[in-house]
Amino acid sequence: MIDGLVVDARVVRGAFTLDARLRAAPGEVVAVLGPNGAGKSTLLSAVAGLTPVSAGRILLDGQVLDDAGSGAFLDAAHRPVGVVFQGLRLFPHLSVLDNVAFAPRARGAGRARSRAVAHDWISRLGLVELADRRPGALSGGQAQRVALARALAGDPAVLLLDEPLSALDARTRLDVQGELKRHLSGFAGPSLVVTHDPVEALVLADRLVVVEHGRVVQEGTPAHVARRPATEYVARLIGLNLYPGTADGDEVRLDGGGTLVVPQHGEHGPVLVALRPSAIVVSPHRPDASSARNTWPATVAGLTMLADRVRLDLVGAPSALVDVTPAAVAELGIVAGGQVWLSAKATEIEVYQPSAPTAGPQP
Amino acid sequence: MRRPALALVTAVAGLALAACGGGAPGPGAGATGASATRGTTTAGSPTSDLSGDITVLAAASLTESFTTLAERFEAAHPGVSVTVSFAASSTLAAQIADGAPADVYASASATTMDDVTAAGHADDPVVFAVNSMQIAVPPGNPGDVTGVEDLADPAVTTALCQPEVPCGATAAQVLTHAGLTVRPVTLEPNVKAVLSKVRLGEVDAGVVYVTDVLAAGDDVEGVEIPGAVNATTDYPIATLSRSQHPDVAAAFVDLVLSPTGAGVLSAAGFAPR
Amino acid sequence: MPTTLSPRERTRRARTGAGSRSAPVPLLAPALVGILFLVLPLVGLLLRAPWADAWTSLRGSAAGEALRLSLWTSTVATVISLLVGVPLAWLLARTVFPGQRLVRALVTLPLVLPPVVGGVALLMAFGRSGFIGQHLDRWFGVTLPFTPAAVVIAETFVAMPFLVVTVEGALRAADRGFEEAAETLGAGRMTVFRRVTLPLIGPSLAAGAVLCWARALGEFGATITFAGSFPGRTQTMPIAVYYALEADPDAAILLSLVLLLVSVAVLLALRDRWLRAGSAA
Repeated sequence: MIDGLVVDARVVRGAFTLDARLRAAPGEVVAVLGPNGAGKSTLLSAVAGLTPVSAGRILLDGQVLDDAGSGAFLDAAHRPVGVVFQGLRLFPHLSVLDNVAFAPRARGAGRARSRAVAHDWISRLGLVELADRRPGALSGGQAQRVALARALAGDPAVLLLDEPLSALDARTRLDVQGELKRHLSGFAGPSLVVTHDPVEALVLADRLVVVEHGRVVQEGTPAHVARRPATEYVARLIGLNLYPGTADGDEVRLDGGGTLVVPQHGEHGPVLVALRPSAIVVSPHRPDASSARNTWPATVAGLTMLADRVRLDLVGAPSALVDVTPAAVAELGIVAGGQVWLSAKATEIEVYQPSAPTAGPQP
Repeated sequence: MRRPALALVTAVAGLALAACGGGAPGPGAGATGASATRGTTTAGSPTSDLSGDITVLAAASLTESFTTLAERFEAAHPGVSVTVSFAASSTLAAQIADGAPADVYASASATTMDDVTAAGHADDPVVFAVNSMQIAVPPGNPGDVTGVEDLADPAVTTALCQPEVPCGATAAQVLTHAGLTVRPVTLEPNVKAVLSKVRLGEVDAGVVYVTDVLAAGDDVEGVEIPGAVNATTDYPIATLSRSQHPDVAAAFVDLVLSPTGAGVLSAAGFAPR
Repeated sequence: MPTTLSPRERTRRARTGAGSRSAPVPLLAPALVGILFLVLPLVGLLLRAPWADAWTSLRGSAAGEALRLSLWTSTVATVISLLVGVPLAWLLARTVFPGQRLVRALVTLPLVLPPVVGGVALLMAFGRSGFIGQHLDRWFGVTLPFTPAAVVIAETFVAMPFLVVTVEGALRAADRGFEEAAETLGAGRMTVFRRVTLPLIGPSLAAGAVLCWARALGEFGATITFAGSFPGRTQTMPIAVYYALEADPDAAILLSLVLLLVSVAVLLALRDRWLRAGSAA
C-alpha cells in the first residue's frame, strides 16, 4: 500500500483534457503551479470527487477514490477530503459557527456535538469572537480562516486548497500566508495547494508540480524548479530568461535565434539555458573591452518599474528581460524603441538538459 | 326525433322569410314599411336602401334564434351587417348603462328592460316571445329525474342560474310554485353555463329554458315541468336611443316581430307572446 | 457644459456615493406612463366607491364568507404549489431527462391558457365524468366539482406555474459552487438541497410563493368553470365581485376594494418579514 495521495489519471471537462500524474505523501504540501486554464482546478475537482476521471485512477492511502478501469467511484460526500475553494464559497446564510459545523453535521453528528467540534476549530483559528457573524461581515483574512476551519472540521485525510490567498489584498496575504503555512505543516495528511503565484508556491510547498496545457511539465523542490525552470512559463514566473537550444561544446545555438557561449559542460544536443536578468549588462554602445564573452544588440520594447529597479523588455537574438537601476536608465538614455548592447558572462549562464517531468507514482 | 322536426320548422321559417321579403310589412316603423313597399316593386328580389352596421345585444337564451334571424336580415338587406352579442340579460343591461355602442336590446326579463328604459336608453319595449322552464338532464338521465320534485332530493345534484339573472329568478318561481326547497350545488352566471354543466355530466339536473333544451339537441334530455307550477318570462325588445342607424335597428325589430320572426322563435321553442 | 448642483444634492451624493438621481427622459417618460396606466383604474374604483353606505352594503353581501373562502383556498393552493412546484422546478433546472423541454412547455402552459379553458380541462380530467374523476366517483364516492377542494385545485392549476417558473429561474441563476462545497463537506443531495440550495434561493422562493398566492387569490375563470359558484362553498371573492356587478355595481366596487385592501396588506406584511430579510442575506 502506498501512503498518501496518488493521482494517475486523465480528466476530461468539456473540451479540456488534463493528464495528471502526481503523488503527495502524508504531511507533504504539494503546490500545483500553472497559468490560468492549465487544468489546476480540474485536478482538484477530480480529487474532491466533483469530476470523475475518464481514465486512470486516484488513490488515497491505498483506498480507491476513483478508478475508471473498474468503475469504482467514491462520491464527493463520502471522500475524506477537505477543500478550501477559490473564492472560499462560505455559505452566506449560515453563521461562522454553523459554516464550520456543517461538515460534522452533514456526516451525521448531532447538532450539539457538531457545534462543539466547530467551536474547537474556530478557537484554534482564533475566530471565537466571530462565531455568530455571517460571512458577509468578515474581512478577507477572517473569511479565509473560516474556510480553512470549515474544511478541517470535517476531519479530512487530504486537504485541497484552490488559490487560497487570491481573494486577499497584498498586506493581508503576507499575514495569512504565514499562518496557512503553520496550519499546513500541522496537518497530518497530504495537502495540495493550487496557485498561479510562484511566491505562494515557494513559501507554502515542500514540492512543486508545474501544470501547463493540461499536462505536468515539471516537478521538484522549490529550489530546484527556481534554478532550473523547465518551461518559459516557469522561468518568467521566477524572473529568469530561459532559452531552449542545441549545445555543441561551449556554444549553444538558440532555437529562437542567436548563440550563447556557456561554461564548458560537455553537453551535446537539446538543452535549456537560464540567465538571470541581473546577470546581463546593458550598454549604449558596443562594449570593446568586455570580459563578457557574449555581446549582442537589442531594441528596447518596453520598460516596467519594479520595486527598486526597472525591468527592460529587450528584443534581439536572443530577446531578454534585464533589470537595471532607475539611475542607469537615465544615464544610459534608455528609451522605448532605442538600440542598446547587451553582454553576459559565460559563468552566469546555467545550462541543463530538459528533463522529462518525473514525479508521480512508481508503484 | 327532435332534429327532423327542427329542420322542418326551419324550412318553413325560410319560406316565411321569402314571403316577408316580397310582402306584408310588419307592424310599427314606417321606414321599414317604405322599404318593404319598395321591395315589392322590385318583384321579390332582396333589395333595400338600408345600409349600416348594427349591434344587437340579446339574452343568452336567444343565441340560436337570433343568429338565424340576423342571417335572414343580412340576406334581405345586402347593405347591412348585424353583429349579435349574447350574454345574461343583466350583463347586457349593465353594458348598456356603461355606454356600450349598440342598437337593439332583446332581454329575457321585463325587469332588466325596465332598468334600461328607466335610464332613458330605450323606449317602448315590445314583448316578442315568452319562454318557460324545463329541467335539463344529461343523456341517460343518471340522476333519474322524472319531475320537478326530484330536484329536492339531496342525492340529485342540481345547477341553477344565480338569482340575479332572469333564468335564476324564473327557476326560483317554479320552485316556489312547487313548494320545494332545493339546494343547488352551484349558481351559474347564465343559463348557458347551467346547460354546459349538464352537458358535461357534472350535475344531474339544471333548470333552464325550454328553448335551451331544444337547442342543445341530443346533448341533453328535457324533463317537462307541468304548467301548473311552471313559470314564464317575457322577452321584450327595443331599439336603443343611442343607435347610429335607428332605421336599420327598427327594421331588425320588425323582423323579430314579423311572422318570420315568430316562426324562427317558435321553432326554437318559444311560446308566442 | 457645467450645470448647477444644489448644496442639498451635493450632500446627498457625497453621503450615498450615488450619482445623479434624475432619470434620463427616455426611461422616465415610459415609466410614468406605466405608473399611470396601472394606477388610474384603481383610482377609478376609489372614486366610484359608495363610501357613505359602505358598511351596510358590505354587511348585506356575502363578502365575509367569500373573502374567508378566497383566503384559505389560495393559501392552501400556495402550500400545495410549494410542496409540488419546488421539486418540479428543481427537476427542470438541475437534471437532464428526455423530453425535458416538452415537460417544461407543458407545465408552463397554464400561464397562457385562458383560465376558462383550464377549468374545462380540469372537468375533463377530474370532473364527475372526467377520465380520472369517474373512477374517483365510482370507487371512492369522491366528487370534486362544486366543492372547496375543486376551488383549491383550479387555483393551484392556474397559479403553480408562476412559482415553478420563478423558482426554476432562481435555481438556474444560483451559484452551484455552494452546492459543490456542501458536497465536499459530506452532505448528500437531499441535505445539500435542504441546507444550501433552498436557503440560497429563499428570496426567489418567497417571491414565487407570493406571486402564486396573488394569482390564486384573483383566480376566476378556472374556478367558476370547475368548481361552480355557491356562496360559502365555492363562491370566491372574484366570483362574488362578478355576480355583484350584475345586481349591484356599487357592492361590486366595494368587494373589489376589500379584496385589494386585504391582498395589499398581506403582500406588505410578507415583504417586510421575508423578502427584505432574504435580500439582505
